[in-house]
Amino acid sequence: MRIVLVLRLIVLALLVAFIIAPQGFAPLFAPLTRFDAPPIYTQTSILSLTLSHLGIVAVATLAATVIAVGFAILVTRPFGEEFLPLSRAVANIGQTFPPVAVLALAVPVLGFGTGPTLVALFLYGLLPIFENALTALTGLSPAVREAARGSGMTGWQRLVQVELPLAFPVILAGIRLSAVISLSTATIGSTVAARTLGEVIIAGLLSGNTAFVLQGGLVVGALAVLIHDGFVAFESLVTRRTGGAARDFETSVS
Amino acid sequence: MIAIRFLSPVQQRFDKLGVVIAALGLFALYAQPFLASRANRIVPGEPLMIWQAPGAGGWPMMAALTIAFGVLLFRTAPIVRLGTASAALLGLAIAVGLGASSVLSPGDSFARISPGSGFWLMGFALALAATDGLARLRLGPVARLGVLVAVIVAVVAILASGIWDDLAAMREYQSRSAAFWRELNTHLFLAFGAVGAAIVVGVPVGIVCYSLPKVRGAVLGVLNIVQTIPSIALFGLLIAPMAWIGANIPGASALGIAGIGVAPAFVALFAYSLLPMVSNTVVGLEGVPRDASEAARGMGMTGAQRMAEILLPLAFPVILTGIRIVLVQNIGLAVIAGLIGGGGLGIFVFQGIAQTAMPLVLLGAIPAVAMAFTAAIILDAGVELSRKGIA
Repeated sequence: MRIVLVLRLIVLALLVAFIIAPQGFAPLFAPLTRFDAPPIYTQTSILSLTLSHLGIVAVATLAATVIAVGFAILVTRPFGEEFLPLSRAVANIGQTFPPVAVLALAVPVLGFGTGPTLVALFLYGLLPIFENALTALTGLSPAVREAARGSGMTGWQRLVQVELPLAFPVILAGIRLSAVISLSTATIGSTVAARTLGEVIIAGLLSGNTAFVLQGGLVVGALAVLIHDGFVAFESLVTRRTGGAARDFETSVS
Repeated sequence: MIAIRFLSPVQQRFDKLGVVIAALGLFALYAQPFLASRANRIVPGEPLMIWQAPGAGGWPMMAALTIAFGVLLFRTAPIVRLGTASAALLGLAIAVGLGASSVLSPGDSFARISPGSGFWLMGFALALAATDGLARLRLGPVARLGVLVAVIVAVVAILASGIWDDLAAMREYQSRSAAFWRELNTHLFLAFGAVGAAIVVGVPVGIVCYSLPKVRGAVLGVLNIVQTIPSIALFGLLIAPMAWIGANIPGASALGIAGIGVAPAFVALFAYSLLPMVSNTVVGLEGVPRDASEAARGMGMTGAQRMAEILLPLAFPVILTGIRIVLVQNIGLAVIAGLIGGGGLGIFVFQGIAQTAMPLVLLGAIPAVAMAFTAAIILDAGVELSRKGIA
């Protein structure tokens, strides 16, 4: 376990160093270029592309979280019950939609640039979060629901104090899935002129410069691994805490 | 009290989802353009309302669609909802084709007529209603496959009838039909071929990981990292090694291995497919009840016999779920191959994006989406049937 932690710290250190001072890594990438092509992408700074990439993913994932969790809460209340079968079906079918298709179809509505990428990532990111939130909210044990009802909690109190805290770790796993997919999909956004790290990769593909492709891919890959691990660590922390909370709740009821 | 008693039957008569669908559908019908007409491929479109396209059926068609949305507004049996929505969808599909033909002046080969936002929104609303009806019917796997076949037959019949021939996406198809079928073939080869290779390699690797827990962490860790590499980067990174193999290993170029073309895309899709295959094999094998495995041991079966006759058959539904995940994912990812010269339907998507020619994007994207849907429905039904077979 300790080795894994050390490896992660090394990856993080290398990533930060590369983003801040990519020219320092030029000798490493030089063997991958031909005909004296530049080994490091310099048209736009890697730092600004990384920030823009992370920004797009963060905004899309945050918006997707708010809408997806809100909608999952709605369809699991008595008021929204009629929407439940359809929501399940749509969450299931929607995930078969290729992300590139979502992106390509967003362009005519929104034009080129960051807009269609943001919308495509948002739409695609909704589904894993919604599916997980739905699973978590409908999968709570009836005993917990009854206990909350029996202790005289109102619908709102049950939702905020019991259902959401217990569902939180599963919802987090959905957010993680969505964020990691978005990180990778955002690179395709550069085919429609979004400012993401995909720009570096596509510049490499167009000019036959493997060094560009590799550095763009490595930065996105490292970001994805670190964000994935960060979420996993946070999830296990939360699970431990809600696990404790759920036990407290049981003892207080009995 | 009186007010509540008065309200509740009214509330029960309306379907909440139906209200949303009817509002969206009627807005699309009366306030959004049904078609978009352009003088040539790339200029912006002129909106045409449904009553401005004589072939779309005029007021009888509008009345029929209005009635359909009206029916969906009320609480009815799921089969009624499904029937109403399907009939309206069919009418819409015919109206858009005939409407496009009617506004095109004869012999004008430059003008392009595309479905407008009104058509798409109505189609979306009706598809939601149909999906809702289907979901509430709770059909079994065989019945779902029957519905799939019916939809495919309807689409093929409309395509064969030539009703859609004057729509812009079909015009794009007519001017490159040979290329379309060639790229469709490549797309299917990439998606299915990579899945096939992943099954051949992934299942044995999964068995090894199941038997040797020490190997498992390392193998799954490496495959996990492969998954995080963005697809366009992985496709691009494989160009150089593939070119080297094609140039330096005897016989490789005869197999079609080269830096440009199908090879890097195939290897990338294979690499992405491995993790779901291996991990689902491991999870499936671990899910086999200990009793079953112990009973087989008691009967004197060898390790290999137990694996082949007990463990793998019992793990099959989970392995099939892995195949479903991978196949649907590959059909979508194979679109990216178009960006690196690997062929497939992505060629049309990226050409269309570059030329801002939406119908061309649709020509690539719609078949890819349709294939992913079809694969998901068939394999989901297969998973369910195989679970029943075991239980």
